[in-house]
Parts: sequence; structure tokens; C-alpha cells
Amino acid sequence: MAFNRKTQLDTEIPTASMPDIIFMLLIFFMVTTVLREYSGLPIELPRAKRIEKLKSKRHTSHIWVSKDGLISIEDKLYDVASVRHVMYEKRVSDPQLTVSLKADESAKMKLISGLHVELRKADALKLNYSTKTAVD
Amino acid sequence: MAVKRRIKGGEIPTSSMADIAFLLLIFFLVTTTIDMDKGLGIILPAEGQEMEIKKKNILNCLINSSGQVLLGGDPTPVSEINKVVRRKIKENDKLIISVKAHNKTPYKSYVSVIDQLKMANATRISIADSE
Repeated sequence: MAFNRKTQLDTEIPTASMPDIIFMLLIFFMVTTVLREYSGLPIELPRAKRIEKLKSKRHTSHIWVSKDGLISIEDKLYDVASVRHVMYEKRVSDPQLTVSLKADESAKMKLISGLHVELRKADALKLNYSTKTAVD
Repeated sequence: MAVKRRIKGGEIPTSSMADIAFLLLIFFLVTTTIDMDKGLGIILPAEGQEMEIKKKNILNCLINSSGQVLLGGDPTPVSEINKVVRRKIKENDKLIISVKAHNKTPYKSYVSVIDQLKMANATRISIADSE
């Protein structure tokens, strides 16, 4: 006697809601994508081991320092003395501001030290020396 | 003679919708940059917050223009700073390391010194103006 199966299971995966799922993923990625805003200067970052991640991109402001001593903030070139005003404006509009210093590994300390002074005067005290991860 | 129209219903084909959405999804997946900014964090002292510190609680760390380090008066290889500082902090937990670099010191040497100090778990790092 042959078994007569009563349950005729529909084995197909329902694909009707597929576009909805995909759209949801799409919207998630669209919202989280931060397109690169500024191109900065061509630099070679130094390497370090004990690095920490910057918490939020929204509260980060970058200063590029090239090996020739050029200082760039948001793709505009500044001299050391005017960094204070730029950073002060930023600091006022965002109290959680962290400054990420992207300096070339062969930049001179005179310039970096000058930036320290300017940042202190602008009250932008949270500083992060941007580095690459060193490999042992 | 009437021309026979072959066009039937007017529906938009939705079968390729998923493909189009997939394509967009992949585009955004690819363009999303997850590379977080990383580096050595440091907090600068506020303007006008200079304070007097006892001499025995200060460890001077001088970096010359070719990246050589003088740690508390003794020339020290950069990779050894970590151990020396760790030992000195164990002896005196109030120790403040004052890092002072020459004007012509490359940034690279300075970063590696700060990195070494971070490795030694030194929390009190002071950055003096370079000369």
C-alpha cells in the first residue's frame, strides 16, 4: 500500500518580499555611507602600535600637514597662525570636537609644536595623531 | 482595414526590481568606507594651566634632530623607552614624562616615542614646546 501524503508542502522560498528586504538593506547603507568630503594633502602617515580608534566621524576635524610644511584644513591652505581662528570656530560649534592630526612622518616638530600651541589657544584640546598600524 | 494592436496590459514588469535593488545595494556596499580613523590620542593641557611640579616627579625625555632620545639624562634606544619608563613609573607613580623635541626632529620619531610611552601605560605625558 502506497502512502498517500496529505500535506503537499510548498517548498519554494517566497520571493515576493525580496525587493523589500533588499531595499531596506540599501537604505541602511545609503544612510550610513559617509562620502569622503575632503581629499587633504598627499602624506605618508607614521606607524604606531598602541593606537586607538576615533569614536565618531561627525565630531572629528582633520588637519593635514605635509612634509613641505603645508597645513590644510578642509582643503584650504592655512599658515600656523590662522589655525587658531579656524579651529576655534569649529570648537564653538561642536564642543565634542576631536582634532585628528594627519601629519607626514617627515614633517618637522617645529610645525607640530606650533600647531599644539595654536590648538591650545583655540581650546581644541582633544588631539589624535593619526597613524597607521605598525606590523611587528 | 483596421490595424490590429498587439499591446495588451500596461503593467510595469516588477520581476527585475530585485536585481536593480541588488545592484544599488552592491554599489553602496562597495563605496561605504568603514576604515576608521585611528591614531594616538592625547589631551593637550588648557591654556594657562601651567603648574609647578616637583623635580623628582619629572622625567625628561629629549629627542634630538636625528631622532635619538635622552631619557632622564641617559641616551636610550627608542625601543627600550617602554621598559625604562615602565620601571620608573613602578618606582614613582606620580611620575610625569615631559617630552621635548628639537625643532628639526622628524614627526615620525616623536610619534614612536609617544607610542613607546603609551606602551608603558604612562598616562601623565607632558609635551614641552620644541626648541
